[in-house]
Order: sequence, then C-alpha cells, then structure tokens
Amino acid sequence: MSDGTAAPVPVGETGVVDAGIDLDQIPPEERAGLPKPPENRFGTALVRIRDGSALITVLAVLLALVVGAVLIAVTDAGTQTAAVYFFARPSDTLGAAWNAVAGAYAALFQGGVYDYTTPTFFQGLQSLGHAIGFATPLIAAGLGIAVGFRSGVFNIGGQGQVLMGAAFAGYVGFTWNGPPVITMLVAVLFGMLGGGLLAGLVGVLKARTGANEVIVTIMLNYIVFYLLDYALQTPFLRAPGSNNPISPSENASAVFFPILPPEYKVNVGFLLVIGATLFCSWLLSRSSIGFKMRAVGENPRAARVAGIEVNRVIIAAMVVSGVLVGLAGVYQVLGTTTTGFTSGIDAGIGFNAITVTLLGRSRPWGVFGAGILFGVFQAGGYTMQAAQSVDINAVQIVQSVIVLFIAAPPLVRAIFRLPQPGARRKPAKRAKAVAA
Amino acid sequence: MRLELHGITKRFGALTANDRIDLDLRPGEIHGLLGENGAGKSTLMNILYGLYQADEGRVLLDGEEQHFTGPGDAMRAGIGMVHQHFMLVPVFTVAENLMLGHEQARLGFLDLPAARARVREISARFGFDIDPDALVEDLPVGVQQRVEIIKALSRDAQVLVFDEPTAVLTPQETDELMAIMRQLKESGTAIVFITHKLREVREVADRITVIRLGKVVGEAEPTASNSELASLMVGRSVELTVDRTPSAGGDTGLVVEGLTVLDARGHTVVDDVGFSVRRGEILAIAGVQGNGQTELTEAILGLQEHVTGRIELDGRPLTGLPTRRVLHAGVGFVPEDRQEDALVAEFSIAENLMLDRSDGAPFVKGAGLQRRALATFASEKVREFDVRAQSIETAVGRLSGGNQQKVVLARELSRDLRLFVAAQPTRGLDVGSIEFVHERVVATRDAGVPVVVISTELDEVVALADRIAVMYRGRIVGIVPGDTSRDVLGLMMAGEVPEGTRMAA
Repeated sequence: MSDGTAAPVPVGETGVVDAGIDLDQIPPEERAGLPKPPENRFGTALVRIRDGSALITVLAVLLALVVGAVLIAVTDAGTQTAAVYFFARPSDTLGAAWNAVAGAYAALFQGGVYDYTTPTFFQGLQSLGHAIGFATPLIAAGLGIAVGFRSGVFNIGGQGQVLMGAAFAGYVGFTWNGPPVITMLVAVLFGMLGGGLLAGLVGVLKARTGANEVIVTIMLNYIVFYLLDYALQTPFLRAPGSNNPISPSENASAVFFPILPPEYKVNVGFLLVIGATLFCSWLLSRSSIGFKMRAVGENPRAARVAGIEVNRVIIAAMVVSGVLVGLAGVYQVLGTTTTGFTSGIDAGIGFNAITVTLLGRSRPWGVFGAGILFGVFQAGGYTMQAAQSVDINAVQIVQSVIVLFIAAPPLVRAIFRLPQPGARRKPAKRAKAVAA
Repeated sequence: MRLELHGITKRFGALTANDRIDLDLRPGEIHGLLGENGAGKSTLMNILYGLYQADEGRVLLDGEEQHFTGPGDAMRAGIGMVHQHFMLVPVFTVAENLMLGHEQARLGFLDLPAARARVREISARFGFDIDPDALVEDLPVGVQQRVEIIKALSRDAQVLVFDEPTAVLTPQETDELMAIMRQLKESGTAIVFITHKLREVREVADRITVIRLGKVVGEAEPTASNSELASLMVGRSVELTVDRTPSAGGDTGLVVEGLTVLDARGHTVVDDVGFSVRRGEILAIAGVQGNGQTELTEAILGLQEHVTGRIELDGRPLTGLPTRRVLHAGVGFVPEDRQEDALVAEFSIAENLMLDRSDGAPFVKGAGLQRRALATFASEKVREFDVRAQSIETAVGRLSGGNQQKVVLARELSRDLRLFVAAQPTRGLDVGSIEFVHERVVATRDAGVPVVVISTELDEVVALADRIAVMYRGRIVGIVPGDTSRDVLGLMMAGEVPEGTRMAA
C-alpha cells in the first residue's frame, strides 16, 4: 500500500496507464502495442494462453500438423533420394514427399482413431480404444493441473503426484486381495489420497510460509522419485525374488476391469475420468468453493477483502489438484501396467498433462478433448513408427508445436488473417461506456 | 513557441477518442484543458507527445508541421510532459533521473557532475530547494513533481503539459504548484493544464477549453462560474453540492480507541487513533494520501495483521476478527483501489455482486451456487444502481470506472448494514458518477447507518461530512465540524492546528 512518498500507481494491463490513458477506451489490439509494465508476473503468460479462443486452438492443431508434415517429408528417405535430382525431375521429390506425409498421417489415423483396413467396423474402432487408454491418465492429471491454474496455483508437480498416486494405489493393490470391486475402489481412494497429501503439503507450505509452489512442486518431484526408487529396492515395495526395483503384480481384484470387450482396452478407469470431468465442471462453475477458487485465482486481493480465506482456498485447490493427478497414477498401476510398477511408472504424464491443460485452456471439457487428442497422437504415433518408419518423436514435435502456436495466438491470427479480438465490438456499447 | 493542433482525430476501433479537435497555445499562456475522465484529454496530449499517431489532423510548432513518432521526437521539439504518475526511478538520485534517456558520458563515464549542475541551476532559477543527490524515493510527493518539472525544463521544453498534476498534492502543495506554473508562464513557457477540477483551472488558467466525448464543446474564460463549466463538461446542469439535511445523530455505532497499526516492517502507520461515529452520521477522514487512512480502514475490516487497540461496533468488539466475520457483523466496505481490492475484473457483474457472500444464503445452498437467485438479484441491482452494461454476464473489467463503482456500491449496500466504510469512493470517477455515489452515501446515512468516508479530496470531504477527522502521519490531528473552512483543513492536513479551531470530538 501507500508508503507516504510514492503515488498510488494503478496496476493495469500496460504501463501506459501511468500516462493517464483510460484503458477502457483503448481496444486490445492497440493495447498490445503499448509498453508492458515491469511487474508482469510469470503467471500472466499462462493466463493469456488459457484465455485464448477455441478457434485459435483448432487452428493451432492444424498448423502443427502442417509443420509435422514438412518434418516428415524432409526426414523421409525416399524424399531425400529424389531431392538429389530435384531440378531434373521435381515431381519425383514432391511425389515422394506426398507419399511420405500421406502415409504417415494415414497410419496415425489408423492407429489412433479408426483402422479402415480391418474387416469389420468394430475392429477398426479398436484404435480409438487404444487412444482412450493413453488419454485417460492424461485427462485425469490435466484436470488436476487445470483446477490449480484456475485457482492461481501452478502445480508443476504432476510427476511426483502421479508417482504418489501409483505407489499408494499399487501398494493396496498388491498387498490386499479383498472382494473385487471394493478392493479396486479402496486402491483408487488410497491413490488419490497419496496425490492429495503431496499436493496438500505444497498448499500448506505456500499458504503458511509463502513458498513458491512452482519451485516446491518441482523439487518434490525429485524427492518423490528417488524415495520411490529407494523403496522399490527394499522389501517394502520390491517384488519377492526379484533383483530389479519393481513391485509385485497387482491382485486381480484391484485391477480396473474392462467395460468393453478386452481387445478395445477401455476399462473402468475411463468412466472414473469421465466422472472426474463432470465433477470438475460442477466444481468450477457451480459450486461455492469453486467460485472462491476462481476468485482467488483471478484476483486474490479482492477475494481477501471480500472475506474469502485465501490461504484455505489455496490449500483446498492444491489438494483437489493433487487428488486428480493422483488418479492418473492410479490408472497407471491398475489400468496400464498391472504387472508391477517401477519408478518410471509416470511415463511423462505429469509434464504432458501441463501441455494438455494449456491446450484445453483449463476448462474441464477442454482438457478432456485435449487429452483424447494427445491419446490419439500417442496411439497413432506407434503405428506410424511401425508402418512408415517415421520416428515417434515426430509426434512429440507436433504436440509441442501445437502448444507453441497456442502460446502465440497473434501469430496464428496473422497466418489465418483472423480479426483481432475486440475489433468487432459494437459501437453502441462503446458509446454507452463513454457516456456513463 | 506557438503550438497549434488542427483537426486532430484519433479513433480506437469504433470509438472516436478525439474528433476534429483544434487547440492553439501561445508562449506565456496557461491553457486549461477541462473534461471528465475518458473525455479524450489524455489521448490528445499523448498525440502531442508522440505516444499516439493521429488519424487525421496536424500538429504545428511555430507554423511548421510536426510528425512525432515517439516522446523522443516531442522532447527534441521542445515539448515536455509532467505525468500524473511520475515517470521517475525511485532508487535513482535526482541527477540520475535527470540524465535518464539522454545520458551524457565523458571518457566512458556518466557525466553526473554536469547533471548535478543542471539540477542546481534550474532549482535556483525557480527557487526550488532540491538536492541533486537525494534519492527520489525519499522525497515528498510534491518535491518529486518538481523533479519532473526540472526534468522537462532541462531538455529546454517550451511547451509543458501538466496531466492532472494536483491529484496527489495537498492543498498547500497545490497552491505552490500554481505559483510555479505562473512563474514558468512569466518566463515564456506555454503550459497545458489538464484537469477535471474546476476550482484549480479557474484560478490559474488564462483560457479554458472544455472537451466532452472527444469533441471541443466550448471555450470559457476563467471568470466563468463553476456550474457553467460543469454543465459544459457534462452536457447538463450538475448539482455540485450534495443535497442533505443536517445529521439526525443517533446512538453511537462505531467506537475506535487507541488503535495502532504496524506495517510488515514494524513501522507505526496508524498511531493511537480514536474516534466514534453515531448512527446517521458521516465522519469524513481527510488527509493527504499515505497518512495512515488506508491502514486504518483495513484495520477496521480485519485486513491488517499487527493491530492493537479497540474497535467496537454497537458494543461488540471487531478487533482481531477475520474479514469474513467483520463483514458478517454488518460492515459494508468500498475499498479505495477498486480494480485491485473490490472487483474481479474477469468475473461477470453477477459474480462480482456475490463476491463477499459466497457462503450460505441467498446465493449458496449446500455446496452449490444458486445461479437463478443470483441472476434475479443481479438484474434487479443493475437496474436499481443504473449500471450501464449489455447484460449481467458482462465482465466487470469491460465497464467504465463509474459503472464498476456502481457494482461495488450495489453489492455493499444491498446487505443489512450496521456500518458503512467508503474509502475514496469517487476516485477517478466523472462528475455524473460522483453525484450518484454521493447521493447513495447520504441515503445510507439517512437510513440510520454510521458512515465513515475516507477521502483525499477536500471538495468531497466538505460536501459529505457531518464531522471531519484529519489524519497526518498516522495520527488524528483533530476532529472538526463539517463546516470548517478549507484553509483550516488544509493546514491540518499538513499537521498544524491553527489556534482557535473548533473541535468536534
């Protein structure tokens, strides 16, 4: 607040507020050109990305696929051979490039969405089932990260929370062989508890001591990883008779049962994640705690003045975030790798979930859609690698490029010549705003 | 140097911020530019200063057309600007600030001695007493402003633009600034004085141009009356004084005793403050920004951590309660920083209207929001408080300042209040909105609620107060009747109590 010497400086979107310009009066495209204030936080960028429009998201995906196509064409052996005599017969090069790209994307589609080479329709759909298998934990973790983002906390500790979820659920799953569904549910609850505990600890640290959650969560990733690695080398978690740091197999009563015929590889975990999405959707837009979370996320100062206990809301947001990320870990041990887990069980989900959340713009169903898309990429990527010998890293690059484009909406707008936001606002409304 | 603006037009999308504005300025003249917030004054000056490019129109200096692409061009042409919020680096000395942007080096080292000499020379010329080696952050606000003026003069500015220069000054500092402006005028500088304060512009300007909705609506002589100028600004006649009857004066509502607040560094920011407010009475707390008023209101609301002393509302202690329970006890609060402390810009009007009622009835049942009840409530309040917006779903960040403040008032005044605390309730608002806010504050008082208004604007204090407490350096200098003269209040704001002042504590 005021310290007696400095004038109160309005904190606006740009530093030019200082020059006495009423920001209400300036449309966003003009604001973009104005100098930025020095106090721009790390979070502002993420907030901007999150608030981008849905159209931008779709176009970013399209653009990324184009970039991926170029990459595939350039790295393709046939194209490279033909390019040697490009000036003699350019059609050879272009033809080879086309074949490489079309083949790769066709394989991606076959592997990730629908395999049209199979004799029956339902067999073809197995591909989508595989994609859902990859997508399920990404969605769960993405929802957790999204709840954090919306509440103004940047939970970068997905890896640690996935590992906690996996370890807690996995421990219940291989030690206790109770009645079928009940064992599974208990394991799920324990796993979510594990994630929630870890993230809740971060919440408490942030609320009580003001610790930066980004740093704390990243460091906890290492701590949990090495602790788990250690525990897997002790009889506590290591499978009896094994020399490798791997846990025993999960009991059948704890494992997620399939909800479709087994070849589709879609299990009850997907239902849980659909439930989680519905829950998040209700939480963020229909519940009172979600209202407080969003208020704290958007403007913690105003929330505090309005009597909202910001620290408690932050802890609650971290716990919910960790519970959902923990669910991803549960899925990994009870749904994906049920034959015993290692410290690599998170399979990069903790970090990929951040990407999914950004692509889904932190909206629950947006995260759901983004998770499915990434599942398709992952499932299709393996097919692409096998069938067309396109390196699966190409898929990783496409995924990264998507996020890159989402992070740069002005670029996407420029490429597609979209109008700038705010340019279509009605004149009547402006006139009113001025008159008032 | 003669400055002429011809037919300046600037559009932002569909909004025409400046519509064919003509302005001319002669050397040795103070030209008042008067208009409400958002009338286009600042846009016009930013065009002159090269921050914006005009869509149409010409800027002429001594008859020569200018094309400024940035403030650097404008400065080189002899135009200087003193911004409302100072463009100074607080941790630099006066001399270092002076050099900033056109650093001169000698043998690879900054030529600080030259800058110091320049500060001394200009200070001497205008009788300022400024140490070139003082850190800017240690200087009082009024002196910082002089540093800005020196900065502009050191670049040989012949046209000086003062953008709302008095907003942060005490009445005495304002008088001193006026004297400086006259002195500058005498030495041949042309001055543009942007303000929305009628009294000041009448006092110092040679000519007055009034701008409304981006157009010049009239020129006036300084002899024009306040109400003539105000009606030009607003486009209709305006009631400048609030219509109110003397306070009925009921039982004591709020009692504050021995209240002391320490900031995070352990410095005393509110020092042994005591006062009481009766039901149906407005106590205004006057004072220059930064003398403990902010911390005082925050202490009442439970937003300050290190608070000692006693705060009682209707006999029940408020001290040490969390904000939520203070609000529950029936305290309505309008924070001074509307955008930071009162509203969530990205939330809709409806959501902002329930911000401090996110527990329990009427908007929350169990764990879920009662969206229908909220929508009904919001539509009703938007109508009652005349919030101009497309719908209750419009994000509050897109509203004008006046409409934002109406949303805050609608929220705070729709609860059953036992105390109403309004800090700077009209800061940055236009005349029409100020009128509205003042009417609401008085209506709340007339409903029998004790009201505390914190304001740095003397006009506002005088218009609203039944009694006035003046704060200086964390203490209450004195509590005086509402009809105390401005001169006395001004002196009290600087910490002095003139002899013979009637007290009303």
